[in-house]
Amino acid sequence: MREYRNLLIALGVMALLTPIGLYLPQILKAGAAWGEWGIHEVRKMVGYTPAGMEKTADTWKAPMPGYGPPGRGNIPSPTQGFYYLLSAFAGIVACGGAAYLLARWLTGRGRLPADRRP
Amino acid sequence: MHIPDGYLGPPTYLAAYAACSPLWAIAARKVRESLDTRRAPLLAISAAFSFLVMMFNVPLPGGSTGHAVGGVLIAIAVGPWGAMLSISIALVIQALLFGDGGVTAIGANCLNIAFVMPFTGYCTYRLLSPALSSDRGRAVAAAVGGWVGLNAAAFTTAVMFGIQPLLHTAPDGRALYSPYPLSVAIHAMMLQHMTVFGAVEAMITGIVISYLQRSRSAWILGQANSGSAR
Repeated sequence: MREYRNLLIALGVMALLTPIGLYLPQILKAGAAWGEWGIHEVRKMVGYTPAGMEKTADTWKAPMPGYGPPGRGNIPSPTQGFYYLLSAFAGIVACGGAAYLLARWLTGRGRLPADRRP
Repeated sequence: MHIPDGYLGPPTYLAAYAACSPLWAIAARKVRESLDTRRAPLLAISAAFSFLVMMFNVPLPGGSTGHAVGGVLIAIAVGPWGAMLSISIALVIQALLFGDGGVTAIGANCLNIAFVMPFTGYCTYRLLSPALSSDRGRAVAAAVGGWVGLNAAAFTTAVMFGIQPLLHTAPDGRALYSPYPLSVAIHAMMLQHMTVFGAVEAMITGIVISYLQRSRSAWILGQANSGSAR
């Protein structure tokens, strides 16, 4: 794993910097990405709520919606930052863990080291 | 670029899942054939890297936001099929844990961000590489690949948004899902991605490649540079 140490450090540094991605848009008053508006925003923009959208928009309740604390409402800025950081590290563990298991399973299956092959 | 739940009608998101399933299966087979055990952890690093890159929202002052993906960079390191698997994992985690991108739209988002982007960007990189064979040239080729890949993904995403009014409009003329027509969706998405977000993607791709070439981690690029990425 030694050759991966620098890469893991780089990921850690990136994670520590992620709150930039939360605060910079707030400072510059930038809104949601195009096509990622909440249902209320859509209503404001087109004057009605698309019926199918209304029915399916809440198909899934994510535990940390928008990389923030569970639930919605006004969340103080430092709390948002804390959860954003927490999400970054949780994301490293979840993505890294899932991908590692998948890679191990894919590369490991049917490929025993030469001395253990039957 | 993460399509949320409620924007795509069932025919679109089911078709996207159907299109993605065989691609995931091929990706798994290709990775099993080509990735050796020593490089396997790179897939994990790639998934986490892509997840983090997408957290850096880039603001258009007073307007909307967007972000880079790192998809072409990952394709250069672990091959485009490896990129498809690792970015798909990041997208699934984003949807399930953080509600970024819809659960119904996982197929669509993986098709755009985990398939279209790495493949178009990687092909661009490979096409340009022979002409730009120095280290600096390859970093430039990678940057151009990053720009092309992000914009190709933005385009297919915009098409998915834009065909919704054609497929699902109530008799009273109201849209049932994503309300904007193709012309509006393509114009808005491409304008942003061809300029600001594409430039950010290109910069990240070029800078990281040029740094990796000179660092002790240059072995990461070995697979792409030896031409055995497939």
